[in-house]
Amino acid sequence: MASKQQDVKDLVERKYRHGFVTDIESDTLPPGIDEDVIRHISQVKGEPQFMLDWRLKAYRLWQDMQAPNWAKLKLEPIDYQAISYYSAPKKDENAPKSLDEVDPKLLETYDKLGIPLHERARLAGVAVDAVFDSVSVTTTFKDKLADAGVIFCSFSEAVKQHPELIERYLGTVVPQRDNFFAALNSAVFTDGSFVYVPKGVRCPMELSTYFRINAANTGQFERTLIIADEGSHVSYLEGCTAPQRDENQLHAAVVELIAEKDAEIKYSTVQNWYPGDENGRGGIYNFVTKRGDCRGDRSKISWTQVEAGSAITWKYPSCILRGAQSVGEFYSVAVTNNYQQADTGTKMIHIGPGTRSTIISKGISAGQAQNAYRGLVKMMPTAENARNYTQCDSLLMGNQCGAHTFPYMEIKNPSAIVEHEATTSKIADDQLFYCRQRGLSEEDAVNMIVNGFCKEVFRELPMEFAVEAQNLMNVSLEGAVG
Amino acid sequence: MIIDISNLHASVNGTEIIKGLNLQIGPGEVHAIMGPNGSGKSTLAQTLAGKSDYEVTAGTVTYKGADLLALEADERARAGLFLGFQYPVEIPGVSNVYMLKAALNARRKAKGLAEIDSVEFMRFVREKAKLMQLDQSFLSRGVNEGFSGGEKKRNEIFQMAVLEPDLAILDETDSGLDIDALKVVANGVNAQRDGERAFLLITHYQRLLDYIKPDYVHVLANGRIVRSGTHELALELEANGYDGVLAAAG
Ligand SMILES: Nc1ncnc2c1ncn2[C@@H]1O[C@H](COP(=O)(O)OP(=O)(O)OP(=O)(O)O)[C@@H](O)[C@H]1O
Ligand SMILES: [Mg+2]
Repeated sequence: MASKQQDVKDLVERKYRHGFVTDIESDTLPPGIDEDVIRHISQVKGEPQFMLDWRLKAYRLWQDMQAPNWAKLKLEPIDYQAISYYSAPKKDENAPKSLDEVDPKLLETYDKLGIPLHERARLAGVAVDAVFDSVSVTTTFKDKLADAGVIFCSFSEAVKQHPELIERYLGTVVPQRDNFFAALNSAVFTDGSFVYVPKGVRCPMELSTYFRINAANTGQFERTLIIADEGSHVSYLEGCTAPQRDENQLHAAVVELIAEKDAEIKYSTVQNWYPGDENGRGGIYNFVTKRGDCRGDRSKISWTQVEAGSAITWKYPSCILRGAQSVGEFYSVAVTNNYQQADTGTKMIHIGPGTRSTIISKGISAGQAQNAYRGLVKMMPTAENARNYTQCDSLLMGNQCGAHTFPYMEIKNPSAIVEHEATTSKIADDQLFYCRQRGLSEEDAVNMIVNGFCKEVFRELPMEFAVEAQNLMNVSLEGAVG
Repeated sequence: MIIDISNLHASVNGTEIIKGLNLQIGPGEVHAIMGPNGSGKSTLAQTLAGKSDYEVTAGTVTYKGADLLALEADERARAGLFLGFQYPVEIPGVSNVYMLKAALNARRKAKGLAEIDSVEFMRFVREKAKLMQLDQSFLSRGVNEGFSGGEKKRNEIFQMAVLEPDLAILDETDSGLDIDALKVVANGVNAQRDGERAFLLITHYQRLLDYIKPDYVHVLANGRIVRSGTHELALELEANGYDGVLAAAG
């Protein structure tokens, strides 16, 4: 491990082999990273000076950092010089021209998931020209949001249109030096989403619908920044239940949420990246830094996630409960099948008095998969009368998989109350038999039991998505029993 | 004949529990099986329902003219065989109505009927719940989740009433019921008697048979039916216990 990290460092420090000759017109950089690469990215995107400085600072910090020590994870070392850090969106000549050319297996999966017809083409990677026009829908959404004063656009656009907001908020929740992947992301991110909800505004729609229709491939280093100003409210949904194709093995996104006084942000994720085949080959490494800052009094940030895809998932959506009486919530379902590994959980940092947090984590493992919950609840000396409730339930299917729970607590204020409950269960043969005796097939019985197990989390999802999430469970666990 | 069990032998973990059992149940008939603890009553019920731990080593079971033993547990259920469990299991987070609707539709599908529409289903289910004097709140609670012992049993009969089976095997549905609940359960069963539907009641108490009049009473001991008779036999057992019957059977 140590020597491997040394290799990476050597590579990083070596000047880019072929010199730097790429001119600004070219749309893909050769693999490798150095300061010139970062200047190039910033330049192509037409960024102001402060952004470039910010990226360079991140890059310099990253160079001195070490990849984390993979607690419970097994993975091949990543060669950061083999990644190409910029590639402009381009037309794929080999992309299918219409749904008729798409792998029927994939279409069957969409069907099982209940993905709306108009979204299937885009998800299957059908060439953009061939996807029928969703522009009118988009415009309607845009108008409605603009009327409410909500800014919702790509990160690049926000850097151009609202640099003052970016400069004020970017990196204030996840600073560049936060961790190895956050630093890398800060240096090289190419795009992502930006949301600003002004004072007192209740965002008139789930930002999901709009997002799903428009989600362009934002690449492997995505950056999201959501700001809910005083007394505002927004619900944002990231991802999609459909299996997404992606060539990039490493995904290192950063998401920052800021809730001012009395504001509320609800952030839901459904993650279904390619998990690799049943022997554990291929698959995406998903290392995401997500953090919410409850900056104002009585603010609230709620994370809900359904993690089904990726070969390796490593993420801990967290809340910093700074404002008095602010509230943090984390609801998670993580499913692992075959050789998937998930190490996920949350951190609740209680700073303000009267802050409250709730953690509900449901881990499901099947096949040879490993599923770990890792959570930290920290009560700072200032967190007078703070409370936390944590519940971690694991469900095992078969006896080759594993579930692990690592709840950490740091209590520095004696008035704080922390409760923790953990259970591990198996789908009992008796439960299966009971359902089958009522006429349900074995597969339906398993699905029903699993969905029952996840109910407390699913009910936190936006309505139309809860159904898809249930179906996703079913598809992810296909063949797990029997 | 609804079911014809002939020379049935069944084992659990290599131990033979059912040892050559014969039983025939015709349409509309109510049979009661009584017998000492551990004699194999639940084993018989679960074997008929198709639980995989129970291995049939010899004998045949013909159900509605077909080989029952060739069917999977869920296929048997869809063919109209219902088991009211002695110990109903809890399925947390899955609502009672949700499971029932899935179960009913599975059965309807097997019969070649269309799925029941939600409004009609709710009306039907509410009516059955009322019959079983189950509070409406039970419909949306998790399957048996936190139900009391008696509530679980009533829930079994409620499910039976919704699924309208051809053969209902009720394993000690009367155990743990208070007097009022016993009457409710018995009414539930009697309401389902239509001259076609057959019942196999497993019970320890003749009291149940005061409310549900059986056509036949059998004594199961050591994996076999050692004596059969009418309601009189149940009264005799109540008065004298199993000793006499077992001694006579050798
Ligand atoms: N899964 C099992 N593994 C081992 N032994 C079993 C199993 N199931 C049943 N048995 C044994 O088979 C015998 C019959 O059990 P069964 O439950 O059928 O009795 P029963 O007649 O229903 O008794 P009760 O009146 O107490 O309900 C008992 O000795 C029991 O211990
Ligand atoms: Mg029994």
